[in-house]
Amino acid sequence: MEVLKTFPLGQYIPGNSLLHGISAKAKIIVSFWLIIIIFLLKLNFYSYLLFFFLILLGILLSSLPINYFVRSLKPVYFLVLFTFIIHFFFGEEGGRVYFRYGIIHITDNGIKMALFMSLRLIYLVLITSLLTLTTSVLELAQAIEDLLKPLNFVKFPVHEFSMMMTIAIRFVPTLLEETDKIIKAQKARGAEFGKGNLISQAKSLLPIIIPLFINAFRRANELAEAMEARCYRGAKGRTRYRVSRWTIKDLVFLTIGILYPILLLVFF
Amino acid sequence: MALISLKNVQYIYMEKTPLEREAIKDISLDIGKGESIGIIGKTGSGKSTLIQLISGLLYPTQGEIFIKDRDIKKWNSKELCKIIGIVFQYPEYQFFAETVFEEVAFGPRNVGIPDEELENCVREALTTVGLSYEEIKDRSPFNLSGGEKRRLAIASILAMNPEVLILDEPTANLDPKGKVEIMNYINKWVQSRNKTLILVSHDLDEIIRTVKRVIVLKEGKIIFDGPIEKLFLNYEKIEEAELELPEILKLRKVLEDKGYPLEGAFTVHEIVERIVAFKEHISIWKS
Ligand SMILES: Nc1ncnc2c1ncn2[C@@H]1O[C@H](COP(=O)(O)OP(=O)(O)OP(=O)(O)O)[C@@H](O)[C@H]1O
Ligand SMILES: [Mg+2]
Repeated sequence: MEVLKTFPLGQYIPGNSLLHGISAKAKIIVSFWLIIIIFLLKLNFYSYLLFFFLILLGILLSSLPINYFVRSLKPVYFLVLFTFIIHFFFGEEGGRVYFRYGIIHITDNGIKMALFMSLRLIYLVLITSLLTLTTSVLELAQAIEDLLKPLNFVKFPVHEFSMMMTIAIRFVPTLLEETDKIIKAQKARGAEFGKGNLISQAKSLLPIIIPLFINAFRRANELAEAMEARCYRGAKGRTRYRVSRWTIKDLVFLTIGILYPILLLVFF
Repeated sequence: MALISLKNVQYIYMEKTPLEREAIKDISLDIGKGESIGIIGKTGSGKSTLIQLISGLLYPTQGEIFIKDRDIKKWNSKELCKIIGIVFQYPEYQFFAETVFEEVAFGPRNVGIPDEELENCVREALTTVGLSYEEIKDRSPFNLSGGEKRRLAIASILAMNPEVLILDEPTANLDPKGKVEIMNYINKWVQSRNKTLILVSHDLDEIIRTVKRVIVLKEGKIIFDGPIEKLFLNYEKIEEAELELPEILKLRKVLEDKGYPLEGAFTVHEIVERIVAFKEHISIWKS
């Protein structure tokens, strides 16, 4: 059993594509902007098609195999289907009525909504995948720290917050890998999981959870010591190894990413 | 009939993702009852993957594995546990019980050993690895020393009395004396009960002392499978696998290059005897 295989989180795929090279700050801003736009987008065929071109452009610029994006849709597959069916059979009244029986009704408006609402979900996932597939966690965390910096004025501990986030995210794969190992080790001692009634099921998980916690605490301790040994003491006077600067590329990306959807809103 | 038999086995981690990695490539292998086998290879060569395949913890992505002539996928996991016992790298990170007794009893209990035999079983396993049952049984596994933890972890597998014992670097991170001690306990257990042993190790000295047959892995493929004496006849294989020659064999190589006939000598003792014999031979011939 490989836990990693089934883990639904968008995973960073290292690469040298144009999209990989764009500053994480620009990518985050554009992603957020696009997500807002999706909700404002007028419900007509052209604006959704033209919006899709933008996503397609992103996918091409990322040079990642298409099937990776298809896979990223897997976790929301059911949600999309559900949304579609609800709108299709029980949706809005209006336009031509094709079928009616009890509470079920298929109408022009219903079909339209079913289509657009499902597309919305799909677009949302694709945009976030574009971001997480091409941006490493470290870059993301630093970009978020930079973007949140203004909050320092209201005494929000931006640096500590982003450090906590970085560490937490950094250790997700480690913990998954370790869970996998512990499960295997206990299986090798004849343990079975998820059998019997609720209480015995919960009990059977103890041999996994206890070592996992103990190892996590041990690791936290080691990490804290390692950080102290390197004189880490929060944000004060701390500089970065890699300083991210805006380049022409980033600005072009930002401009297109922000202006194109505005044009879509205005003209369609 | 081989006890364990692999036929063109392949294993790919994270198959069908951009991160996929072929860890085992087309391996075929037979292991008979009572054999003692060492698996060596540099880090990342697929040793741990191979033994997990043999223990049924991973299923091959291609090819087949048979345990006692029955496809490994058809074995019920508890039945398989009674045949194959595997001790992982750093097994002490898997402790969970409050007392040493409970830790050791976990496995046997899972495979259905009745409560009245449990105490005996735990006592025997702990004694086998040189721990005193009375002194240690009520202590917490987490408060033991590193060496004691490792022994406890091994005992918790021995308690299930498997027919095949697989050990993944059982002595990693221990002091030299502790290493030898643990291996002695394991050897005694294996030999007195005529068990099959599969030992994964970086330490060629340990391999030389323990096993008769070695399998050398490189990038997921077997590049050597045969008696250990034969492996040390051709140093190239060891170099090909990018392994470090044991000190004693480095010495032997230097001496051989100087013209001493030392084929098949593995210990300091043997080498000295051969040299003495050779010198005598020469002086007789000269006079
Ligand atoms: N859970 C996993 N997911 C993805 N790849 C893995 C996983 N475990 C191992 N690998 C890869 O498979 C290959 C073989 O790994 P394996 O652990 O079998 O090597 P090993 O010979 O045991 O090395 P070591 O001596 O360091 O323990 C390596 O390239 C490794 O990166
Ligand atoms: Mg290994």
